This record gives sequence, C-alpha cells and structure tokens, in this order.
Amino acid sequence: MAGANRPLSPHLQIWKWGPAMAASIAHRATGTILALVGIPVLVWWLLAAAAGAESYGTFRTWVIDAGEAGGLAVLTTILFKLAAIVVAWSFFQHMLSGLRHLVLDMGAGYELKANRTVALLTFVGSIILTLLLVAFVAMRGLGS
Amino acid sequence: MGNGTQIGRVRGLGSAKEGAHHWIAQRLTAIGNLLLMLWFIGSLLVMPDLSYASVSQWLSSPLAAVPMILLLVSTCWHLRLGLQVFIEDYVHEASGKLPLLILLNFYAIGAAALGTFAVLKLAFTGAAA
Repeated sequence: MAGANRPLSPHLQIWKWGPAMAASIAHRATGTILALVGIPVLVWWLLAAAAGAESYGTFRTWVIDAGEAGGLAVLTTILFKLAAIVVAWSFFQHMLSGLRHLVLDMGAGYELKANRTVALLTFVGSIILTLLLVAFVAMRGLGS
Repeated sequence: MGNGTQIGRVRGLGSAKEGAHHWIAQRLTAIGNLLLMLWFIGSLLVMPDLSYASVSQWLSSPLAAVPMILLLVSTCWHLRLGLQVFIEDYVHEASGKLPLLILLNFYAIGAAALGTFAVLKLAFTGAAA
C-alpha cells in the first residue's frame, strides 16, 4: 500500500475546457440525471400500472396529462414534460458519449482532430435525436 | 501488502482500491443498456397510446415483461457502478463515502426489485380485461 495522500481525480476547476473534457463531464452529469430522475419515474410508472387502472390514472394525471384535474396537476405535468425532454437528451448524450468511450477503450480515436470532432458530434447527435424524438412523440400524440 | 514486488506497490491505489471487475461490468451492462433501451424506446413509440389498457396489456406479454426486467437489472446495475465512481471521486472524506455507498446500494437494488415486482405482477396476474 502506498501513502494515503495521493491526489484524487478530477479537478474541474483547473482544467481548460475543451470538447473532450466537456463530453467526459457531460457523460457523468447525464448518467446522474438518468439514475436519479429517469429510473424513479420508470419504476413509478411500472408500479402504477401494476397497481391497477385507478393508480395508473393517478400517474397519468400528475405526470402525463392533467385532464380535468386541473390545478396543481397542470403545473406538475408541465414540469414532467420538461423533465422528460431533459431525460431524453441525457439518454442520447450518455448513449453517444458511452459509445465514444467504448471506442476509446479499444485504444482508437485518440488522434487530436478525430477525438475533438467525435466529442463535438456527441453533442450535435444528442440534440438532433432529442428533437426527432420530441417531434415524433408530439406527432403521435403520445404526450397526452 | 508488498514492500518489494512491483504488483505489491500498485495494489490498492486510487480512490476505489480495486477496479478490473468493476470496469468490465460497467461496459457489459452498457452494451445491455444500449440494446434494451433501444427496444424500450422503440416499443413505446409504436404503442397506440399510453393508456392503462395498452400499457398493462403490453407488459403482460412475456416478450415485453422479460426484456423490461432485464432492462431494470442492467440499468440499475450500471447506475450502481457509475454513481459509485461518482461518489468515490467527489466525496473525499471516508466518513461520508461509506454511508453514501451503502445508500447507493439500497437505492439501486431497491429500484430494480420494485420495478421487477411490478412487471411480474402484471405478467402473472394478467392485465385487466
């Protein structure tokens, strides 16, 4: 065992921002959002469905479509729609930067220019995929 | 605890004190997540609507219930590994690290267990007619 006072990663404050560093920290941030927002809503949705039509109706009223409930449910459904967009973007960003990591793990993609381009493409890709998903959900009327 | 061999000098370093198995499991679950999430998003997008009837009927089919359970296990395992690194990196005091890691284990396993139970209940007791 070596000494206890070895430096720990990462030191965000002293690094110069660049695409690779932004993709790396975005990977952590989006993973945290998926874990702490996406998963609880998914589990809530499954539990509501398992508990029966009435419970599922409550979930729908607070999360998807306030319907005739009005009041506070209107506010929460708007907040959940915003959260859904953030979670969707987080998923696509995490997926694309995760795929980038799998390539980097194989020892490829470290050339400065290629590395920078792929890091930037994860952001471009995640925004495009999020917009496509939102457009598709709106078109199909799944958000109501 | 070596004081001579090279492996003895590097063992137990870093904030996690270990690593290879964690690293491999993180990648394995990442590939599982990729396939299962694409299946899940695709399935949601082709559903007629998100009403109780559609959702409960869909989840009571084996070909939806099983991948959904696998999705819960794969993502919760993956988030346990990921948030573990997050805690190890950013929580520097051992007094805060251990309780948070315990909480994380309860959170990840609890979420997977709750979700799995919900899916099994729908699958075994059947959707409302």
